[in-house]
Amino acid sequence: MTSNIKNFPGTSLSEQDIVDGKVFSLHDSMRADFGWDTGVAVGRYLAALKEGVILGARCRHCRKTVVPPRQVCEWCYRPMSDYVPLQDTGIVNTFSLCYVTWDVQRIKEPEIPAVIEIDGASPLHGILHKLGEINPQEVRIGMRVKAVWKPTAERIGAITDILYFRPNLEKQP
Amino acid sequence: MSKRKVAVVGAGMTRFVRRAQETGKELSWQAVRMALESCEMTMDDIEAVCLGTAPDAFDGVHMKGEYLSDGAGAWRKPYMRSYVGGGTGVFVPIQAWYHIASGLFDVCLVVAEEKMSSFYPHAQAAFLTIFDHTTERPLKPNLLWIFALEMNRYMHTYGISKADIAQVAVKNKRNAADHPCALLGDKNITVEDVLNSELLAWPVNRLDVSPVSDGAVALVLAAEHVAKRITDKPVWIEGVGWSLDTAHWTNRDLAYPRYVEYAARMAYEMAGIKEPRKEIHIVEPYDPFDYKELHHLEGLLLADRGQAPQLVADGVTLRDGDMPVCPSGGLLGVGNPIAAAGLMKIAELFWQLRGEAGARQVPGQPKRGLAQAWGDLMQVGTVVIMGR
Repeated sequence: MTSNIKNFPGTSLSEQDIVDGKVFSLHDSMRADFGWDTGVAVGRYLAALKEGVILGARCRHCRKTVVPPRQVCEWCYRPMSDYVPLQDTGIVNTFSLCYVTWDVQRIKEPEIPAVIEIDGASPLHGILHKLGEINPQEVRIGMRVKAVWKPTAERIGAITDILYFRPNLEKQP
Repeated sequence: MSKRKVAVVGAGMTRFVRRAQETGKELSWQAVRMALESCEMTMDDIEAVCLGTAPDAFDGVHMKGEYLSDGAGAWRKPYMRSYVGGGTGVFVPIQAWYHIASGLFDVCLVVAEEKMSSFYPHAQAAFLTIFDHTTERPLKPNLLWIFALEMNRYMHTYGISKADIAQVAVKNKRNAADHPCALLGDKNITVEDVLNSELLAWPVNRLDVSPVSDGAVALVLAAEHVAKRITDKPVWIEGVGWSLDTAHWTNRDLAYPRYVEYAARMAYEMAGIKEPRKEIHIVEPYDPFDYKELHHLEGLLLADRGQAPQLVADGVTLRDGDMPVCPSGGLLGVGNPIAAAGLMKIAELFWQLRGEAGARQVPGQPKRGLAQAWGDLMQVGTVVIMGR
């Protein structure tokens, strides 16, 4: 009966209350170190990235080509046995100009995360990556982009083997 | 399959604050005590306890269900913690509902708690682990990215402006000024204030986002024969639904939450609702970001695709409009202690449908309301329909 209750519990603190020692607070940090297995399908994806190829997977039943590749089709639950090399070009499906890092530090030059629909994958099927070599104010949804790869010798089989995507000047719509 | 009728008979909540002096256990106990007092019951009447709380990473405590169990009143009782990310707060009463509807228990306690302030320097960093560890985390993504990316796609697809969307933040923060537990209520906020607030991740500004908060909410649910003995104003759970979309979020349509539609259709069918726009009188959709309220109204089939901003512009979603949306003030205004924020929406419908919402009361004696939450990696929809 909210209208009948005047004083709700819960005591609000500010950071200053802790700095000033008005309340006790205990700080500790957790050490956590993991070695993640990449699995079969994403393992092939990473191996292909090392070769400069973006790999997808095709479901013969749903006639869908997805990226990154996976072992099972989540629509029909049949195995996805066909791996398909895709283009390293695509279309910006959506993007952001982000002025905050993952741990909430402010930055002056924005990062430009984007979902990029990869050419050769089904419509609206893309990957998360970043855009570069572009004025942030000129990024548009629908813009054609192309992957900028690390030099072959420096690739390690990771999503970061693609440095970023840049505008694909030959192919603007 | 025959299901027993289940009602909400009591509710309680703490204030939602940026940082609470109380621990999660203490917040849970405070909310539970208020819920039990509101229906004049004691812990002896409670047969089972359902707890909702979001990732263990916020608290740095493994098995938060067990950690919170004494504050939640769970000892020596059947007890279970459910977790579907941000969708948890509306899922946990569904769990209690099927405990009772199935005939297993007559009275269940529902508790949702969140304490986001423990994580340093900011709870947002705890969200890093929701991204795929191999294909996404090496890019150092942050939580704002997925919201900013989805919001931009939604705006682009339907030609919606930031000002259209900012109206939602204004409405909810103004509504929250009437909520005694609210963190960010503001009667005088304007669209310009939202548009001029700090740009975090275009198109998301600070006031487009709900605040990190601590808080707890509790409900008492009872089977029909018990509910009718306890109160003359039981609020029935008429329909529930939940649904999950692909976790490969870059492989789906970001402009439309299909998983919310599936969850809503399940709940509408159970409640016998054929025309939701006429039969739902109050809506409490999940609004951690202002565009999400619009996105969800469309997924709930309460607005045509891309047309939800027009409802806001026309005043339809105001507290005294034809279809009040987030009369509580929502997450944007009351605050967003994740699981507790979802359950706050259920508590709001309980108070609204009983005519006990005080300054927030929706006029016209509303008969039926819908609450919805959303979470995991932008892919789960949870829906509860309540009526009197």
